[in-house]
Amino acid sequence: MSDPGARVRGVATEPLIHARGLVKRFGSFTAVDGIDVDVQPGEAFGFLGPNGAGKSSTMRMVGCVSPPTGGTLRILGMDPRRDGPAIRGRLGVCPQLDNLDPELTVRENLTTYARYFGIPRKVARQRADELLDFVQLTERAGSKVEPLSGGMKRRLTIARALVNEPEIVLLDEPTTGLDPQARHLVWERLFRLKQQGVTLVLTTHYMDEAEQLCDRLVVMDAGKIVAEGSPRELIERYSTREVVELRFTAESQEGFADKLAGIGERVEVLPDRILLYVEDGDAALAAVHERALTPASVLERRSSLEDVFLHLTGRTLVD
Amino acid sequence: MAAVFEFYLVSYRRVWRGSAMSSFVLPLLTMLGFGLGVGAYVEGGVDGAPYLDWMVPGLIASTALQVAVFESTWPVLSSFNWVRTYEGQAATPVRLDDILGGNLLFVMFRALTSIVAFLLVALAFGVLHSPWALATLPIGALLAFAVAAPTFAYSSSVTSDSFLALLFRFVVIPMSLFAGVFFPVESLPVGLRWLAYASPLWHGVDLSRAATLGVAPEWSVAGHLAYLSVWAVGGYLLARRQFAKRLVV
Repeated sequence: MSDPGARVRGVATEPLIHARGLVKRFGSFTAVDGIDVDVQPGEAFGFLGPNGAGKSSTMRMVGCVSPPTGGTLRILGMDPRRDGPAIRGRLGVCPQLDNLDPELTVRENLTTYARYFGIPRKVARQRADELLDFVQLTERAGSKVEPLSGGMKRRLTIARALVNEPEIVLLDEPTTGLDPQARHLVWERLFRLKQQGVTLVLTTHYMDEAEQLCDRLVVMDAGKIVAEGSPRELIERYSTREVVELRFTAESQEGFADKLAGIGERVEVLPDRILLYVEDGDAALAAVHERALTPASVLERRSSLEDVFLHLTGRTLVD
Repeated sequence: MAAVFEFYLVSYRRVWRGSAMSSFVLPLLTMLGFGLGVGAYVEGGVDGAPYLDWMVPGLIASTALQVAVFESTWPVLSSFNWVRTYEGQAATPVRLDDILGGNLLFVMFRALTSIVAFLLVALAFGVLHSPWALATLPIGALLAFAVAAPTFAYSSSVTSDSFLALLFRFVVIPMSLFAGVFFPVESLPVGLRWLAYASPLWHGVDLSRAATLGVAPEWSVAGHLAYLSVWAVGGYLLARRQFAKRLVV
C-alpha cells in the first residue's frame, strides 16, 4: 500500500500502526483476510465497511486484545504478541458498546480506570477533572453513570479513553446510536483531539462521519480492503462528480432505464428511483427532458462517500 | 492487581453500610434461633461442647463459602456480559492474572468481613472458647479462594444466569446442609459420608471448629490445608483458561 501521509509531510517517520498481510480467523471463518495498513502520526484514519466486514476484528488486534492469526502487525514500533501491556498503556480505547460502571460516579469511572495505567491517585483526580471539562460533563461529575443519556455516556467513554494521555485513540463506531446533537458534539470533541495531534483510528458505517473526521480511510468488505484513499480521492475514483436522482410515477422504474441509457457514466435502478451518475447534473437533466421523459421528482446532488461505499460493497443487506 | 482490587473497593464503598449491617443479621438470628431454640433440644451438646458453641464455627465457614460463591456468580457473569467490566480492564496494561486475581482478592475480602461480623457476635454470646478463634479468618480466606476460583471458571463458562441458580440449588445448599455444619458427618449413612468429606466446606468447618473450640481437628491440619489448596490452584487454572478464552480472542 502506498503511504500518502508520509509523502505529504516529506518525513520518513515510522508508522504508528503497520500491518502487512494481517489475518484473523475464528475456526474456519476468516474475519480479516490479509490486509495492509499504515497509520501515520497525527492522522485520522478510518475503517469503513458494512457489518461483518472485519472492522472490529481489526480494531481488536490493534488494541492488543486479540492475537493475529497471521501476518505482521507492529504498533508504536512494538510487537503486540510480546509487548501487549506496554502498547496498551499508550493506547486509548473507546469500544463499540459502553462498558462504564453504572454503579460508580462519572468521576470515579475515570479515576479507577486511571489506576489500571499506574497513574498516581492525585494525578488521576486532577486529570479526571480536566477530562470532564473537555467532554462537558463537569456538572455531572458526582452523579452515577446509570441515568446519563447515551450521548453523555459516550463522551464519558471517550474521556476515559484519554485518561492515560494516549498516542493513539481507537474508536469503534463512536457515534452509533446517538441523536444528531450528541453526534455533532462528539465529532467536535474528536476534531479538537485531532488538532492537538492525537492519532485517531476509527471504524464507522456512517459516511458523513468518515467525511467529517478522516484524513484517510480504507473500505473493507468481507475481510479485505477494497479501496483506500482520502474521502475526496475515493469519490473521484469510484463515483462521478454529481448524482441525479429521478422518480417516475409509473409502477416500476425498470422500464425507464433503457430510455435513459447513455446519459452519464452509469445508471442504477432502485425500486423507488433511478440514479444517474454524471459529471454535470444540469446537462444530464436537460438530456432527460430532451428524451421527453418527465420524472415526478428530481434531485441533483454532489456525489458522496455513501455512493462510493454502496458501489464498492453493494446494496445487499449484510447482517 | 492492586488497581483492580482498588476498583472493587471503590464500588463496594457505595454499599458497604448496608452490606455490613446485613453481615450481622445472620449471626444474630443464629444465636437466638439455635442458642435459645434448637440448642435447648440437643441435650449434652456434641462432642462435649454445647450445641450452639459446636455449630457456630461451622456456620462461620459456611457463611464464608456462601459469600464467596455468591460474589463469584452473578457479579462475574455481569462483568462479562452485562457491564463488561473485564473487557474495559483488558484494554489497559492490566494482565489476565491481574483481572482474575484482583477480583478474587475482593471475594476473599468480602468473605473476611462477613467472618469478622460473625466473630464479633459470637464473642458477645461467649461461644468462642480459644484465642485460636482468630484462625477462622485465614481459614475462611483460604476456603473462600478454594470455592471462588472454580466458581469463577463455572460462571465464565455458562451462557445464562439460570445456570447460577442451579449451582446454588444442587451444590451450595446441599453442601451447607450436609458438610458437618449442623450435625457431625458421622451421622450420615456411610455411603454418603465421602460426599461430605470431598466437599471443600467440610475441611473449612473442621478447621474452624478446632479453632474456636480450642481442640484438635478430626483430620490433620496439613491435610485440610493441602486439600483446600488443591481446589484453589486447580480452580484458578480452570478460571484462568476460561477467562483467556473469553477475553483474548
